Amino acid sequence: MTAPLLTRRQFGKSMVGIVVAFTFAPALTWSAEAELPGDLGVAPRLEAWLAIAPDGTVTIFTGKVEIGQGVLTALAQIAAEELDVALPAIRMISGQTGLTPNEGFTSGSQSMEKGGAALRFACAEARHILLDQAATRLAVPVTTLKAADGVVTAADGRQLSYGELASSGLFHRDATAKVAPKPPAEYKIVGTSVPRRDIPAKVTGGASYVQDLRLPGMVFGRIVRPPGPGAVLTTVDMEAARRLPGILAVVRDGSFLGVVALREEQAIRGREALLRSAKWRETTTLPDEGRIHAWLQAQPDEVAMVSEKRSATAPVVRRLTATFTKRYTAHASLAPSCAVAEMSEGKLRVWSHTQGVYPLRASLATVLKLDPEDIVVAHVEGSGCYGHNGADDAALDAALLARAVPGRPVKLQWMRDDEAAWEPFGSAMVMQLSADLSADNGIVDWQHELWSNIHSSRPGRVGGVNLLAAEHLAVPFAAAQGQSGGEDRNAVPLYDFPNQKIIRHLIRKMPLRTSALRTLGAYGNVFALESFLDEVAEAAGVDPVAYRLRYLSDPRARAVIELAAGKANWRPGVKSDGVRGRGFGFAMYKNLACYVACVADVSVNRQSGQVSVTRVVAAADAGQIINPQGLEMQIEGGVIQSTSWTLLEAVRFDRARVTSRDWESYPILHFPAVPKVEVHLIDRPDEPSLGGGEASTGPAAAAIANAVSHALGRRVRHLPLDPGWIKGAVL
Amino acid sequence: MVTLDVNGKKHAVDVSPDTPLLYVLRNDLGLNGPKFGCGLGQCGTCTVLMDGRAVLSCMMTAAAVVGRKIVTLEGLGSLEKPHPLQQAFIAEQAAQCGYCANGMIMKSKELLDRTPDPSEVQIRSALAAHLCRCGTHNNIIRAVQQAAREMKS
Repeated sequence: MTAPLLTRRQFGKSMVGIVVAFTFAPALTWSAEAELPGDLGVAPRLEAWLAIAPDGTVTIFTGKVEIGQGVLTALAQIAAEELDVALPAIRMISGQTGLTPNEGFTSGSQSMEKGGAALRFACAEARHILLDQAATRLAVPVTTLKAADGVVTAADGRQLSYGELASSGLFHRDATAKVAPKPPAEYKIVGTSVPRRDIPAKVTGGASYVQDLRLPGMVFGRIVRPPGPGAVLTTVDMEAARRLPGILAVVRDGSFLGVVALREEQAIRGREALLRSAKWRETTTLPDEGRIHAWLQAQPDEVAMVSEKRSATAPVVRRLTATFTKRYTAHASLAPSCAVAEMSEGKLRVWSHTQGVYPLRASLATVLKLDPEDIVVAHVEGSGCYGHNGADDAALDAALLARAVPGRPVKLQWMRDDEAAWEPFGSAMVMQLSADLSADNGIVDWQHELWSNIHSSRPGRVGGVNLLAAEHLAVPFAAAQGQSGGEDRNAVPLYDFPNQKIIRHLIRKMPLRTSALRTLGAYGNVFALESFLDEVAEAAGVDPVAYRLRYLSDPRARAVIELAAGKANWRPGVKSDGVRGRGFGFAMYKNLACYVACVADVSVNRQSGQVSVTRVVAAADAGQIINPQGLEMQIEGGVIQSTSWTLLEAVRFDRARVTSRDWESYPILHFPAVPKVEVHLIDRPDEPSLGGGEASTGPAAAAIANAVSHALGRRVRHLPLDPGWIKGAVL
Repeated sequence: MVTLDVNGKKHAVDVSPDTPLLYVLRNDLGLNGPKFGCGLGQCGTCTVLMDGRAVLSCMMTAAAVVGRKIVTLEGLGSLEKPHPLQQAFIAEQAAQCGYCANGMIMKSKELLDRTPDPSEVQIRSALAAHLCRCGTHNNIIRAVQQAAREMKS
């Protein structure tokens, strides 16, 4: 664990022989017209991305962070490949302000596409520079040199290691991206299932998570959140809490309340005491949970035409319409959010499982009225991260508590109910679809209209702060307006329909705070689109797989659909026995990234209305595959998480509070109910790598819903599946 | 002062007897294996073995385990000498975020000690109270099966 924070200068000193005088200032020679590949442009200096020590150790700096997806292994593979060094020689430093490039957030399945591309070009160029250096030293033409395992060998057998070649300032230059990376045919490391670097420590009790960080003099913090959104703290007996054993500080600022103690269980008891004595003025302004979708549709909205296509077609003979819904859903990461912060002599250090150290730093600076230069934010892993969870909020909580005990690091751990009630949720959504059919059962017009809250309200945005506690302070900071766009993700069909109209209604008013959860609006939209397409195919009397292919010209889309159908032995026209059902789902994530098709098999318990997903066959095309096993796990993990969302998940609330506050009130899929999953990958070595982390959740949901519809003979249109409704449907 | 027997060693710790075992293991003994997940006994991440039985360390007090033998993930094996279950979790890459791995491994240890050759259904049902959010379940099943084979041979 990289607990002590290094500055770039200290890092330089630790790399004996190489002084890294580092700057993130824009390159002087870089012209704006020519764009550097991936994220290379955010730090267009080679030294920003790598350094080589005299012993040959290569340090890779990346702004992308490990959130359980294996990204540091995949990025190390890319670096080792382009540099021609062995994987063990690569050391990864990720996500620390001042030390790693500012690659924004690790989100949107873009780490391979952006971060990977930057490293590929930076390392290819670094290798070229090392070879040039060797050619000069050995006085031979560079074309006669070979590099392998971090050693350059001349035709006469003379050798120089990268450690010997990497002199001071060698990479102190602008990246040009003019050195072509290796052709995929020459890959030895990329494209192989290299084992994850982090797993051995994680299964033997090594320090792996921010929860495992232990600093000298560290103390423990807990916070007390209001009972519900809009609740205001009126009185609390802080003295009673202070009298408890081990309590170092009780912090109140407006409705922000927290406690610091010498020991963790003492902090928990302090929290309990505060909870008991705190009086809140609550509001009952939340909408009726049972009518949330009607509520969404009744709110003031921002309407946008996302896509419109018009052309002359055959006459319309009939119109089908259907409305689909999903509820508010939670990240429900296994560990509640956690952060460590230390305030010392006006400088703040924060360790956080944030997805973006730089945006978090900017927001912390605003709230704490510090110069961003006086704050260091370092990423340390938390448990699995599937989007904008409580990580950033916990970082501010930790900092607010750390201010009360200067010089002492505070480990702030949210309790389960803090996370369950206060993490940003995935928005509830309504999707209304209609299709006009011609006499030959072709789709001549497709309409998709959706209502949703925002799907991105991350910190670091202009005009506000977007850290939870900032809204509870006596002098609160307004939240910045979220970023629109995620609502209509994948609402535009990839299918070639002659006419279409896609309309998005963004409802800014959030009864519950919403932000980015794996796939944003795509989960709801793909569920609706792919369910409705099945419905139309059924009405048209056409096999749903054949119907999809009829409207798809993209050969890669067709290939994953055919692969999934083939591997699952999809047969048209199979009748359900009323218990078992089979369904199909497809999407190209964001209509520009990874393609996934799924076939789901389900069985329905007609007495209980419970659905069991027994097997899912998935096919995926993520372009060039960096690590097949890693990609497979991302696809499979997405399928299983989506199974859980689809069968079980909805955030519960009454008129004042979130009421799903633990694993009993917000159940997720348990082991016995987990489907068997088969993943088949199509490798496209000559196509850019596309992230796979979000690609399977939409198609899996649609495949499950279509399978249940197949089993029941009635369409499923509302998520999560309701056993009560299903029981009624089979009567 | 409470004396605990953890991973084969006696530790005298100066804590209130009603302190949850989890915090003593993590904060006084510096162990990382057992994890805080919910503190409610609902997720399984804090699992340790007590006299060979898998128990939830967030739900037990330090006083309640005096005289018992506690084994944590660290007590099974190490990076250098991993237990067959740990080795199998590495070989099967049975972790995405890995936060659930402690509970999965400790509970599987109890299972394999009692049922050396478990069926897939037995593995699933043994792990039913252990949550995984990343969707690594099928890799975990394969890892437990592989460890079972390894431990028999």
